[in-house]
Amino acid sequence: MKVVLQDLTKIFPSRSKNGQEVIAVNKFNFEIPDGKLIGLLGPSGCGKSTTLYMICGLQKPTSGSIFFGDDDVTELSPENRGVGLVFQNYALYPHMTVKQNILFPLQNFKGKDKLTKSEMLERAYNVAKLVQIDDLMERKPHELSGGQQQRVAIARALVKMPRVLLLDEPLSNLDARLRLQTREEIKRIQRETGITTVFVTHDQEEAMSISDMIVVMKLGVVQQIGQPQEVYDDPVNLFVAKFLGTPPINVFEGKVEKGKLYLGDDAVMDVVGVDDQDVYVGIRPEGFIYNKDGALRCSLRNVEVMGRDVSIVSENTASLNPTVRSIVDADNKVDATAQEVRFTLKPHKTFLFNKETEERIGFEIKSVKEETTATKKVSKATKSKTAK
Amino acid sequence: MVDSKKQWKAWLYLSPALILLLIFTVWPMINTFIMAFSEGYNGMSAVAGEKFKFGFGNFAQVVRAGGPFLKCLKNTMLLCFITVPISTMLALLIAVCLNAIKPLQKLLQTIFFLPYVTNTIAIGMVFAVMFNVVGIHTPHESIGIINSVIVAFGGERVDWINITSSYWANMFVLIVYIVWNALPFKILILLGGLQSVNKQYYEAAKVDGTSRIRTFWRITVPMLSPMLAYVVITGFIGGFKEYSSVVGIFGEQMGPVGSKGRLNTMIGLIYDALETGDYGRASAAALILFVIIFIVTMINMYVSKKKVHY
Amino acid sequence: MNKSDNNIDNVVSEVAVSEQVTEQMEQAVDQISQPEQTAELKSAVMRERNMQTVTTKQKVGKIFVQIGLYLFLTIMALIVLFPFYWMIISSFKTLDEYYVNPPTFFPTQAFDIKNYAEAFTTGSLDILFFNTVYVGIVSTVLSLVITVLSAFAFARLEFKGKNVLFACLLATMMIPGELFTITNFQTVINWKWTETFTVLIIPFLVSVFYIYLLRQNFLQIPDELYYAAKVDGTSDLKYLWKIMIPLALPTLISITILKMMGAWNSYIWPRLVAHGDAHRLITYGLRNAFTPADGQMYDYPVQMAAVVMVSLPLFLVFVFLRKYIMKGVSRSGIKG
Repeated sequence: MKVVLQDLTKIFPSRSKNGQEVIAVNKFNFEIPDGKLIGLLGPSGCGKSTTLYMICGLQKPTSGSIFFGDDDVTELSPENRGVGLVFQNYALYPHMTVKQNILFPLQNFKGKDKLTKSEMLERAYNVAKLVQIDDLMERKPHELSGGQQQRVAIARALVKMPRVLLLDEPLSNLDARLRLQTREEIKRIQRETGITTVFVTHDQEEAMSISDMIVVMKLGVVQQIGQPQEVYDDPVNLFVAKFLGTPPINVFEGKVEKGKLYLGDDAVMDVVGVDDQDVYVGIRPEGFIYNKDGALRCSLRNVEVMGRDVSIVSENTASLNPTVRSIVDADNKVDATAQEVRFTLKPHKTFLFNKETEERIGFEIKSVKEETTATKKVSKATKSKTAK
Repeated sequence: MVDSKKQWKAWLYLSPALILLLIFTVWPMINTFIMAFSEGYNGMSAVAGEKFKFGFGNFAQVVRAGGPFLKCLKNTMLLCFITVPISTMLALLIAVCLNAIKPLQKLLQTIFFLPYVTNTIAIGMVFAVMFNVVGIHTPHESIGIINSVIVAFGGERVDWINITSSYWANMFVLIVYIVWNALPFKILILLGGLQSVNKQYYEAAKVDGTSRIRTFWRITVPMLSPMLAYVVITGFIGGFKEYSSVVGIFGEQMGPVGSKGRLNTMIGLIYDALETGDYGRASAAALILFVIIFIVTMINMYVSKKKVHY
Repeated sequence: MNKSDNNIDNVVSEVAVSEQVTEQMEQAVDQISQPEQTAELKSAVMRERNMQTVTTKQKVGKIFVQIGLYLFLTIMALIVLFPFYWMIISSFKTLDEYYVNPPTFFPTQAFDIKNYAEAFTTGSLDILFFNTVYVGIVSTVLSLVITVLSAFAFARLEFKGKNVLFACLLATMMIPGELFTITNFQTVINWKWTETFTVLIIPFLVSVFYIYLLRQNFLQIPDELYYAAKVDGTSDLKYLWKIMIPLALPTLISITILKMMGAWNSYIWPRLVAHGDAHRLITYGLRNAFTPADGQMYDYPVQMAAVVMVSLPLFLVFVFLRKYIMKGVSRSGIKG
């Protein structure tokens, strides 16, 4: 079941008397392909949960429409949409056993959809087997671990055989190890059932690791939509670049002058086709090459060896972060006692952003030591995909 | 989220409560004021369709010299200002002791709560029996268990509630009964408060070598101050509405045989006026009581705001 | 041979070890024999002894305190219990024994069950019991329905003026009930409701306090449960019945008990509006049937028997539902 969002907008009236109304979601356009796992990603208050609740039907959009397949479901109430929703805190009914919790949605079916007792039980046990909780059916929610409760919540959402499965921050109440495990589990269940699934998260790592596509949102506006790697490699603006990636991207204040990019006094890279201007420069931690003769000079603070990588922590006056963190291959013998450390930059890991709009500025790569042969064109991120 | 269907539904759900409240709470509130300020309002003339003019006549009637008002006010005030401090102190003492023991705590707690689950009138009758002197001479004279104890300890028997009893003997019985009756609620609240005080404060005090007495005044009482304030305020409100205890012990004549109305209270005053159909006077008395309760509560709140730590 | 060699090696190493140990011991002895250190050691020992005497002192003190606590609490408990004891014991005495001076603490003349039979017929307790239970049950059920519906509306539904209305309701809680009684008395007379069960049930059905209590309880149920139920197509009423009521059950039980106790103990209102035999409630009936008229002597053991019978149901309820009563009371502070 594909899900289409058309100009989806949600405006909340102001809480206080003379306060401003809040535009939670602004003209969201997106066609979610059938059977995919989509991650809605953004910091809190970016409208991702509101979007999820609108797809679910718990909140009515102020304008715009929602289609499931070819059906316009905008005006339908939640129960008539055929959606399953899993809450952040699972929202299991505390006084019911796992079995009763899973059966509960089925008991609401009316008319021709009504199931017999045995049909209900069969479906409940099938879905319990799918999420591997079939041996916990007689327990009460408080007798379960967080991960088990999560599975019950998913089972309860799936038992109705929904057309769309919605997950609200599904992993945020779990501890770090369970989170990794459950992540895989959700991916597996989604693959096995093939249900179009949308989940909301503020954790970019979580979104990147399991989604087929991610949607990055900020203050109600969609910033970028794409496959995780694509968005990571080709962010449309500074916000997206900063939001994705651990450790986060290093941001500098820089200057383009006569085709050269300056960080402080260092001309660190050739950028062709960019007008002279002040820019923000984002460099991924893996975008640094340790090089004694490199153009970018930083004062060395610390070297952390992490097995196959070496993380170099240094300082640079042009940097907007207190420290510059670069990750280089452990084969590089970094002199930890040195005062200064020098880098060359990988052009495809280095992004320029307009100082005012913070939009990405594309440039042509002419010659860098490491990539002498291929003069690669780094395209300006595909703007067509965004809702802006 | 607010749609008209939901609105309609909400009002439907609320309607039984709201209709009943309108009839039996809101209207009475307004009507009490109307009646209280209608000169000479009473049931008979109201039914006859008489019109009443605005005035303070009812209030004057209630407080007129020589009437029962001053007596009722005095009785109520005395009971309030004597029983509330006594019962609060005693309850605090018992609660602190209960909190300091482990075995039998639950059992004792239950015993101390027992007076709460009683019928005020019924147990009042039991107190009357305990204090009563019945009959004139042996063998048909029982001086009651309390007097027997007093006599056994070499004291002199007292006529507590009979025809020849003194006012203060009557008051003593009432005070004992009211305190006995007020203890359970106060103990429950104070013990609940004590048990929610973080044990670490006590451990810290112990480490610093603080004495028990000092710990009590410097830690326990301040920590309990919200509960103490609550108990005192509700105690005063309840005290001003004292009525059933008197009925329980002395019967509806509100006094020993031959001294009808000697121990009447403010509430009793209202009902006396009500029974004779003097609604105007009853309303005025009720408003006076309300104002007194309001003022005392405000004073209580003001004091506790200054004293309550939190 | 190898074996014996090994043995010798072992012996040698053992000797070496023992030598080392002796050396250490000697050193230790040397150290002890130094005067300063001995003093220090001694004072340490003394300190420890002091500590021990302090702790034993503390222990003894603690035991005395505990004994004192139990003594005080036991005495207080006996005082609290004594009226109950006296009530029961008096109810079994014959009239003759009742007049014995000093009174007996235990009936010496056979237990007089007759008192109970007499109390039952004199007081027509059967009618009083029936009336009170009837009024109690009907008013509790109706009150619960009204309270649940209102609390649900206030906790779960959105409508204009909700907060203002709720604040107004709470404000009425501060006004003493006597203020309402006067007008209500007139109202029920005008409506010719006096001497009916209706008059005992309807006027006090709505308790703002219970609505408040239940609303607070409902609010503690997370919103997500409601949304989850909505997504599954549960109607509001079904959600109320299947989810909210089971989760708020302890509060509902507390309300039920307090309401029943209220009916059992109500005195003033029934006395005003229903003093006839047909609709008389237990407390009023008890006070009246067993009150001696001026100057008349009365059979106190019979009176006490009646009091026991009236008190007994309350005690039974208390014994079985203590938890709910104490919980409800600690939140309300309202008797009945």
